[in-house]
Amino acid sequence: MTGWRQALSATRDQTTGAPPAETGSDMATMTGNRGLQIEEKLLFEQDSPGHCGVDLPEALQFRSRLGGLERDAPIGLPGLSEPQIVRHFTRLSQKNYAIDSGLYPLGSCTMKHNPRLNEKLARLPGFADLHPLQPATTVAGALELIDTLAHWLKLLTGMPAVALSPAAGAHGELCGMMTIRAALTASGDARRRILVPESAHGTNPATAAACGYAIDSIPANPRGRVDLAALKAALGGDVAALMLTNPNTCGLFEDEILEIAAAVHAAGAYFYCDGANFNAIVGRVRPADLGIDALHLNLHKTFSTPHGGGGPGSGPVALAATLAPYAPLPWIVHAADGLVLVEHADGPAHHTIGRLKGFHGQMGMFVRALAYMMSHGADGLKQVAEDAVLNANYLRVRVEPVLSLAYPGTCMHEVLFDDRFLKDTGVTTLDFAKALIDEGFHPMTMYFPLVVHGALLIEPTETESKAALDQFADVLLGLAARARAGDAASFHAAPRLTPRRRLDETNAARKPVLRWRPDPVRTEAAE
Amino acid sequence: MRYLPLTRHDRADMLAAIGVPSIDALFADVPAPARREGLVDLPRARGELEVDRAIAAMAAKNVAAGSVPFFLGGGVYRHHVPAAVDHLIQRGEFLTSYTPYQPELAQGTLQALFEFQTQVALLTGMEVANASLYDGATACAEAVAMARRVTRRGTAILSGGLHPHYREVCETYGRFAGGGLALQPPNPGSGEDLARLVDQGTACVVVQNPDFFGEVRDYAALAQACHAAGALLVVIVTEIVSLGMVRSPGEMGADIVAAEGQSIGNALNFGGPHVGLFASRDGLVRQMPGRLVGQTADAEGRRGWVLTLSTREQHIRREKATSNICTNAGLCALAFTIHLSLLGEAGLVRLARLNHAAAVGLAERLATVPRVDLLNRNFFNEFTLRLPVPAAAVVDRLAERGILAGIPVSRLYPEREDLADLLLVAATETVTADDVDRLEQGLGEVLR
Repeated sequence: MTGWRQALSATRDQTTGAPPAETGSDMATMTGNRGLQIEEKLLFEQDSPGHCGVDLPEALQFRSRLGGLERDAPIGLPGLSEPQIVRHFTRLSQKNYAIDSGLYPLGSCTMKHNPRLNEKLARLPGFADLHPLQPATTVAGALELIDTLAHWLKLLTGMPAVALSPAAGAHGELCGMMTIRAALTASGDARRRILVPESAHGTNPATAAACGYAIDSIPANPRGRVDLAALKAALGGDVAALMLTNPNTCGLFEDEILEIAAAVHAAGAYFYCDGANFNAIVGRVRPADLGIDALHLNLHKTFSTPHGGGGPGSGPVALAATLAPYAPLPWIVHAADGLVLVEHADGPAHHTIGRLKGFHGQMGMFVRALAYMMSHGADGLKQVAEDAVLNANYLRVRVEPVLSLAYPGTCMHEVLFDDRFLKDTGVTTLDFAKALIDEGFHPMTMYFPLVVHGALLIEPTETESKAALDQFADVLLGLAARARAGDAASFHAAPRLTPRRRLDETNAARKPVLRWRPDPVRTEAAE
Repeated sequence: MRYLPLTRHDRADMLAAIGVPSIDALFADVPAPARREGLVDLPRARGELEVDRAIAAMAAKNVAAGSVPFFLGGGVYRHHVPAAVDHLIQRGEFLTSYTPYQPELAQGTLQALFEFQTQVALLTGMEVANASLYDGATACAEAVAMARRVTRRGTAILSGGLHPHYREVCETYGRFAGGGLALQPPNPGSGEDLARLVDQGTACVVVQNPDFFGEVRDYAALAQACHAAGALLVVIVTEIVSLGMVRSPGEMGADIVAAEGQSIGNALNFGGPHVGLFASRDGLVRQMPGRLVGQTADAEGRRGWVLTLSTREQHIRREKATSNICTNAGLCALAFTIHLSLLGEAGLVRLARLNHAAAVGLAERLATVPRVDLLNRNFFNEFTLRLPVPAAAVVDRLAERGILAGIPVSRLYPEREDLADLLLVAATETVTADDVDRLEQGLGEVLR
């Protein structure tokens, strides 16, 4: 093992010779600005009353038809010109980390490169400038695109139907669990319980509760997989479904999944799979072959539609034939004279759970995801899964001599460590993550999953080069060495090089300030 | 493959470092019956030019709204979005970042969302707003669920003027989560007495302003009736630009406002992605769904922003969360904030007046077409016409002439024969005098 100073010097850029930044970071400036990091007030604090960044004509004379319901008071929006607005949001953007700027190894989030072709195509007027309720004759190409996307997703999952309207992964879970409950209700088999492994995303139990179910937690076995014996013991006539993530949130493939599926089905329950981690197996494993009845896919993970700082996403749900009749509206059917959008629960659609969102789904995301899939093709998508798994395992072997691997052996697309390697150092998982920020990396997912202590879940994705992985591994090793060398204070002080140092989340929740208010005393006090 | 940095050489080196003979060894945990040999039966990889051509060919089969006289609304409105909006949201630091879990690396997103929350609160006349939900319809269903939590009562009374998709989403959510819905039938052209339905079991009354048929209404008296009975008033807004002119839900006494924000900053997008706006009175914030950004200070006492009150949320509370929502509509919310910042107070008011003037002018012109009647007394930028024949056929015939005339109400209420003759028509600032001439002339000819 190398000392941390040696490890850091190993990361010194060989091209620019840039040394580790240990000097100059505390220099005070008159403005509070720090070179490229520029302080930026709120829009509301830059108001030039009456000013406007859009030139609009005055409305011609008209007779108001508002019936006296005009606003009585001003709204309170600030007025600024276009250059001020462009500068404001450009400066804000420069305070963000992004996949465009560097490695973003948030486990279970699949932060991969977002191809710009997809952005271009989603903005074609033939898609973006299309109203969802235009006559069918004017949207034939839009229906064709949606149907083509569904075809790709059906072949990749091996499942016969895909519900496309859910707006994100959690919305897809809601869709899948509602179809399961509807199918059980239709067969007169009211069941009350959902089984959810301890390692599950929080959305799983929250979704089951939103569908009116009680939740039973299933423990993990010492290998980080579902404890099959505990699962079998929990199964019974009152269990509606198992919700399982596979590969799971420990980054491991549930190798007893066929036995799990058989046990679930033998108990008369359905098998729901959270497909957040589909990136590990796309093109190589079809969920249908694992005995899964319903599975949501996050187009904003596996299929690279951008995360946008928290959405929009898209969460199509692949459904087995037994669940397909209950899919939400609308859906597309092939008719003699072309594709038809079914929007109402009559005729063959009478089993539907109904509508889950306004209109037809996240069309903008559909265009991007299809462009991504067509670019990769069947061969490229298989390569995606393989490179994602290869990258995670390469990172694993680079750092597992020092960091404490939660479960020994190979992983899938992400690798889980616990905080044993930080034992007695005075450095927590949080401190370790914040120190990574100063080294120019977005931290991994912290403290999730809940099944190991102080979890660090790392998902590099397939769009990282070997050089990027090597640099990241060097930094992880260097930081671990620094922690063990007793330098806890530097971790507690991290991050030091960001526009803001560590932020007080406790006080934010204790005295919530959730909006700006036009109160000069208060704003000054907050400055 | 252009999106994959690893070379064949890298892969071989990395497999050697891992100590496995082939990539297949890393998939050894997949049970043998589920391992696939060969490729899925789909096309192979294609270059950028080929994909561009294939998808652009699909786009070319559609009639873009901007290429014809266009008068559709019904919860999705075509407005001019300044070029700066799309330029700014395509900055990679916004476009390709995640939900701001590490606040020190996401002050840009967090500050923009704090500004978004403030704008939404100001527009709706409420005290607090969240960082967005998926869309207006799901925001409506979340509002009903929140009202049930706040009041610990079951029944939600849904106005007949509520957008049918919003009603349907409430029905879907409610069927599984429990709680009754009292659905009022659509009654365009006249009012409804919702106050008389409110009783001790009422969690909330849900109304829309302007309503689905375009009618602008005063809900102040209904708010009082709700509050007298311990119920909440939920106001839905599907055309947020209206709030540049129309009295806000907060001024009318709303407790929760759920709205569609697409109109500001966002394209039609064939119905998605859009952006759900959600605001309420201060005292209800701990029952709110979705992300909230709050102001705080960093270790040096400087102002900064974080996600806060997360003990409401699924990743902390799991099955006891206020909602299962995780990803929301961040980038659409950013587009909303940038566009509304460009407009400012003066621009929004002017934009709203342009919309209202366009709709008033259009309504007056179309009312001169023989046998066409305007149903609305008051409206903002959308109104309902009664035609002498079923509206769907008229819309199809006008589409053949290259005019997208509006939404036949039968598209959303196919079972209501009494609504078959109704046509919903919207006019925004994008409608030209020539568009108006062509619709008036076309409608006259089709009805002749």
